[in-house]
Amino acid sequence: MKVLIPGALRSYTESSETVATGATLAAVLADLDRQYAGIRFRMIDEQDRIRRHIRIFVNGEQIRELSQPLRATDEVVIVQALSGG
Amino acid sequence: MARNDGKTRIQSKLPATRANKKPRRVLIMVATRKGAWLYHTDATRKTWRADGPHFLGHVLNHLVLDPRDGRTLLAAAKTGHLGPTVFRSTDFGRTWKEAAQPPAFAKAPSGEQGRAVDHTFWLTPGHPSQPGVWYAGTSPQGLFRSEDGGVNWSPFSMVNDDPQYRKWMGTVQDGTPDGPKLHSIIVDPRDPAHLYFAMSGGGVHESTDGGRTFAPLIKGLEVVEGFDRSDTTVHDPHCVRLSPSNPDRLYQQNHCGIYRVDRPSDEWVRVGRAMPKRVGDIGFPMVLHPRDDDSAWVFPMDGQTVWPRTSPEGKPAVYVTRNGGETWKRLDAGLPKSQAWWTVKRQAMCADAGDPVGLYFGTTSGELWASRDEGKGWTCMARHLPEIYAVEAAALS
Repeated sequence: MKVLIPGALRSYTESSETVATGATLAAVLADLDRQYAGIRFRMIDEQDRIRRHIRIFVNGEQIRELSQPLRATDEVVIVQALSGG
Repeated sequence: MARNDGKTRIQSKLPATRANKKPRRVLIMVATRKGAWLYHTDATRKTWRADGPHFLGHVLNHLVLDPRDGRTLLAAAKTGHLGPTVFRSTDFGRTWKEAAQPPAFAKAPSGEQGRAVDHTFWLTPGHPSQPGVWYAGTSPQGLFRSEDGGVNWSPFSMVNDDPQYRKWMGTVQDGTPDGPKLHSIIVDPRDPAHLYFAMSGGGVHESTDGGRTFAPLIKGLEVVEGFDRSDTTVHDPHCVRLSPSNPDRLYQQNHCGIYRVDRPSDEWVRVGRAMPKRVGDIGFPMVLHPRDDDSAWVFPMDGQTVWPRTSPEGKPAVYVTRNGGETWKRLDAGLPKSQAWWTVKRQAMCADAGDPVGLYFGTTSGELWASRDEGKGWTCMARHLPEIYAVEAAALS
């Protein structure tokens, strides 16, 4: 499925968009990490929590659980939280 | 206070490192809130070549060159949005590669709230007999070790998950404003199994069995009024250093004064009592002379009332002792005489191995200052950098 990558993580993907596979969000993130070593830990901490300033949307809906099932036709959008001022 | 009469014997047992050789070049590594800079010079230390920024926009807490190989450079990094990591370079920053496994706590058992590393704060190369070994301290407090030059990191010792240590680590309220930290990881140059570390908060700790166990080393240290000094949780060592020329002597800049201990004594003595009363003995960095265990430098700050964390009265100065803390002398030639309200963080002041010793510090306002004569005179090497978190010096042959 298509995965959109935020600017802060493009040093890994060198692109704003990539493709990953998996039946859950956890599996898709694991596939991303296989392709771009280290990218997952920048988004997900060692307790499998989405980091405070990262948001993940699937088809426009914010997802908070890595166990969320996904379909091959879904679009995953990873964004940096605004958390600015 | 007793001198260590074993000094001569100890010095003869110190392993030779690259730092013992006469340096031909000096490298200053500056880690800031928004990136890293490297400053290169020759042995004269008169002119500097700036190289940076590296990792522009990243929060860099520490940048350290491995003195054992003179080429492995580790950078502890994170960004405002992304999790923490460690970058590694073996060509003085021309190229960087990310650690395969950065420091991370063990996954908590199901149903328990596990901890996550917010940032790696401190990096210490291991003993010369253990090439490739590095230690890292994190926020929240965690102790980690790499055995492959910083590529893969694992939790180290019992510290991270031991119930007693977790209690001593306290809560976020007990720690440094931007997160409680484990820092000042020290490896005894005579013995790789003899380790120290410190926590803000959580006290100073020592291991004599290679990190299998640690025990507090807090006797003699004062704590904030109203707290019980027998409670390790409320101890706040800001920076602990071991004398390079006498590993039985340690100095400490604490939240509550400047201290010294001469092992095997386990009792710290508050040598900061000899500082001028109007300046006090509160601060963050502690810098030791590479060849004289009686000489040390501190950078006092205003720790009164609401803790402004500025230079006292807006007049920055380094203070030096040449007699193990019995007396202190102000060194401010070249520094602003007034209205300078910055200070220096615990990792942001260091010495090189030159003769006379070169001293360097970076300020919270982004200025980098240097002295080629052990602090007698100061010149500003760089202005307008981001807030400086760490300054390290390395001698390159």
